[in-house]
Amino acid sequence: MRAWRYPAFWLTLGLVAAVGIVVFATRSATLREEMFLLLMFVTLASSLNILLGYTGYVNFGHIVFFGLGGYVGFYLMSQQGWPLWWATLAGGLASGLLAWVLGAATLRLRGAYFALATIGVNEAVRAFVNNFRPFGGPTGMSLNFAVYRQYGGPANALWWTFGAMFGLTLLVIVISYLVKFSRFGLGLMSVREDEDAAMVMGVRTPSMKTWAFVLSALFPGMVGVLFFFKNGNVEPGDAFRLQMSIEIIVMVMLGGSGTVLGPAIGSAAYERLRGYLLTSPIFKNLHLAFAGFLLLIIVLFVPAGLVGWLRGRVPRLRRVLE
Amino acid sequence: MTEQLLASLTDGLLLGFVYGLASMGLSLIWGVMRVINLAHGATMVLGMFATYLLFSTLGIHPYVALPIIVVLSLLFGFLVYTTAVHRVINAPYLSTLLATFAVNMMIIGIGTAVFTTTPRNVDIAVGRFQVGPVTLLSTRLVATLIAVVVTAGLYLLLYRTRPGKAIRAVANNRAAARLMGISAFRTLALSFGLGTMLAAAAGALIATFFPFTILSGAGYQTKGFVICVLGGLGNPTGALIGGLILGALEGIIPVFMAVNWVPVIEFVLFVLILLVKPSGLLGAR
Amino acid sequence: MTRAFRLSLVLLMLAALALSGCAQATPTPTATQPPKPTSPPAVQPTTPPTPKPTPVTKTVVIGFTSSKTGSQEVPSTGQTRGLELWLEQVNATGVTLPDGTIVKFEFKTYDDESNKERVQQLYTKLINDDKTNFLISPYSSGLTDAAAVIAEQYGQIMITTGAASDATYQKGYQLVFQLYTPASRYLTGAVDLLANLDPTAKKIAIVHENDKFSTDVVNAAKAYAEGKGYEIVLFEGYDSGTADFAPFINKIVGVAPDAIMGGGHFADGSTFAKQMYEKQVKAKFIALLVAPPELKFADIGEAAFGIIGPSQWEPQAAYSEASAKAAGIPWYGPSVADFVKAYNAKYGEDPAYHAAGGYAAGLILQKAIEDAGSLDTDKVKAALDAMDVLTFYGHVKFNTSAEAHGLQVAHEMVYIQWQKDASGKLVKQVVWPAEGKSADAIYPLSR
Repeated sequence: MRAWRYPAFWLTLGLVAAVGIVVFATRSATLREEMFLLLMFVTLASSLNILLGYTGYVNFGHIVFFGLGGYVGFYLMSQQGWPLWWATLAGGLASGLLAWVLGAATLRLRGAYFALATIGVNEAVRAFVNNFRPFGGPTGMSLNFAVYRQYGGPANALWWTFGAMFGLTLLVIVISYLVKFSRFGLGLMSVREDEDAAMVMGVRTPSMKTWAFVLSALFPGMVGVLFFFKNGNVEPGDAFRLQMSIEIIVMVMLGGSGTVLGPAIGSAAYERLRGYLLTSPIFKNLHLAFAGFLLLIIVLFVPAGLVGWLRGRVPRLRRVLE
Repeated sequence: MTEQLLASLTDGLLLGFVYGLASMGLSLIWGVMRVINLAHGATMVLGMFATYLLFSTLGIHPYVALPIIVVLSLLFGFLVYTTAVHRVINAPYLSTLLATFAVNMMIIGIGTAVFTTTPRNVDIAVGRFQVGPVTLLSTRLVATLIAVVVTAGLYLLLYRTRPGKAIRAVANNRAAARLMGISAFRTLALSFGLGTMLAAAAGALIATFFPFTILSGAGYQTKGFVICVLGGLGNPTGALIGGLILGALEGIIPVFMAVNWVPVIEFVLFVLILLVKPSGLLGAR
Repeated sequence: MTRAFRLSLVLLMLAALALSGCAQATPTPTATQPPKPTSPPAVQPTTPPTPKPTPVTKTVVIGFTSSKTGSQEVPSTGQTRGLELWLEQVNATGVTLPDGTIVKFEFKTYDDESNKERVQQLYTKLINDDKTNFLISPYSSGLTDAAAVIAEQYGQIMITTGAASDATYQKGYQLVFQLYTPASRYLTGAVDLLANLDPTAKKIAIVHENDKFSTDVVNAAKAYAEGKGYEIVLFEGYDSGTADFAPFINKIVGVAPDAIMGGGHFADGSTFAKQMYEKQVKAKFIALLVAPPELKFADIGEAAFGIIGPSQWEPQAAYSEASAKAAGIPWYGPSVADFVKAYNAKYGEDPAYHAAGGYAAGLILQKAIEDAGSLDTDKVKAALDAMDVLTFYGHVKFNTSAEAHGLQVAHEMVYIQWQKDASGKLVKQVVWPAEGKSADAIYPLSR
């Protein structure tokens, strides 16, 4: 476990921790809500990065894990009376299981075929949940308000949810680093560079890819449960938004895929920027166009993302920005 | 039951031609340059809005407006290719996916600012023919006819003309084509322009029978993926057949179960085909 | 050259990042703060202040979001206009509390883009940053459901309008009060109307949008119709945003119903009606949700003819002080004619029911504050619980049981039908309930 020896590890962890500490210190509910979304996207982007950044496989359906995990957890809470903590774990496991099954099948596909398959999976699951009665069909499920009483009233419940979200974000950062500096991570990156060569060298790529997929699916599953618990209801349209999958990819690219700091910074920047554009009088109507323009510029001119670009520019920063 | 099946199947197949037309563009671009054009749906919507604007402001009938839209969209395709795609055409495929998605965001973003998200209609007189239990609408028949003509035109272009042969050569082997003196840039730009044109033309036809908003593209685009895989990715004429298969499915399935199960079956089929035979049901090229 | 270019790009990105960081918690509200509630009109500006202490003025902040973009834009605009008209009128005098304080109102509002996530973010912000005293819901059941959770989580009263779904009020909320007739009673009147028109009609096909509101409506209508001996021959939902109704229409033709009911919101409802007309679907009776009462529905021309739709309120509504007296309940606020006139003067068009609902939301809150004689949440809540009043918008009374607290129990729907006047122009006529109708329903529909 060499991760601790890197300053980058402490830098990233410190940045995320600062967000949580500021929120807990100020006790501001607005700040908490905004930072909840921010941390949520950091977690989603960082978990996607484990597959996208390390193995180079582009998953257009990352949000399916968010939606399915959220649904399973929500079902357990609202219909079976499970407490939030166990439901969150169950949501993560359900997503992990789905990833394991899907991974075994779809990860044989290379390149764009895999990307297309993930779009198909997302749409198929959404359409299925839309028809699945136990999950409430098209109108979804909602929590009875009394549920929040178990956690000391709604205000407390929201703080607990934020705390859990914060914990998850720290966890995903730690795991990202552990994977990156492990033998497992090295195997994944050899897949990214040249899968055939890696196989020839004896890297067991199929199982490695599948486990990376599972790992990257666990977190969105848990995040989904927290998110929908906070919202009080869940619907297919909110749970499986293809648009959101793509936005998460943009976040990873913006910061720099393959690094841990990159997705964290990228998602935070994108979320804040979007929030700013949405409420600014000039850009309000053009926020999407502006975000698109930004994305195009990054793809065309800075494909390594912010962190990747800095690493390339200033070699001395490589130990710090990882 | 048979009457319903007949009516439903006719509707599905007629629509299949138009969906097929749109998907040909997607398939052509993929076949020639291995790019999944995520701006495809948005381009279709541009075709719809062009029809709407020409009709509502200048009073130009949609069928008369079609040639204008074809030319404009061809130019638009060149523009998109030159500014957004060409630079990353040899980069990992994620780059082209994101570049076209960025174009998609810009179209939708500017479109939302200009047109808002209010649904629009192109209200033209609709003729009606009763054939047994089947009610045929004139707009659908004309659209089908145009789709067939355009497909034939595309086929002739690809197989009978020099630029078309260049396109096929580049699709086959870009490096070898360059050695033969074919300009990769011009050929790729032409194919992207053609793909964009097909999308816009299909959009213009769809506008004559369905209402649309600036956000309508996403649904048509995912349908396009399914059709491309059914017909064989990279096989433009196969896409038309893919469209017909999808149309038939959409016609037959609702007769036996709730309409809402249609997308479930479609997408499961889509994923299965990708897994079993990624080159598509009808094979490649 | 390229190096400098890339460097400047990265700098640009960094700047954007920093900018967004600063912008953090300060998105400016799109202020609709008409006539600033200043101190009461200066009576004698030249003379020194009179010995009598000038009354204290208090400004109450009311928060809500509206959909300036997105799918709910059209009806949401009407609702906001109704609210703004109320604000203008109430602030002319203000509300005087028993202790002599004059209460004036101020709106804080944002664009929610018809997006649930935004709604929750913005309501949290309204409560915590803009320090609202009371809340009004966004438009549509889905968005309101999302906003109600927040109101309840932070303990603020929310008057909901433009939101009929029953489900929101069955979750144990205490502070959310519904103005619209709940979804479960939206189409039951249409079933009654059908029974009244044709006792031999037996088969109903229901095709509805798959959202909270429409599902609540049709589930209740189905149970009600089956209870009355009707046979539901088709019961299917379509996704929001559906443009092609052919599969449903073919199924309807296949089961040959007497009546077709369902629909969802404006866009899909008018498309559904249009495509049924194009395909010459033979049914004697068609009742659709939400779309028909909108004036824009007439844009589909002939296809609109004969379509029936439930409406929360129509300008022909027969609510008056006299009818309040007859029913033995208090009357409050402007008369129907005054409301229509004021609205028309301000916006140059007749109000649809969304606008009336918006105005009524403000009016009921105003009444509750007057009744409570206080701005205290608990006292205003008690006043709302006890509310039983007739206004231009109709009868308003809330359920106070634990199971469905806040659900509207008194307000009634009216049913309109698109008919033709002498010159052949399409006009809306109220056809049900019998005591309020402006014309007889056209039945059977012939195509």
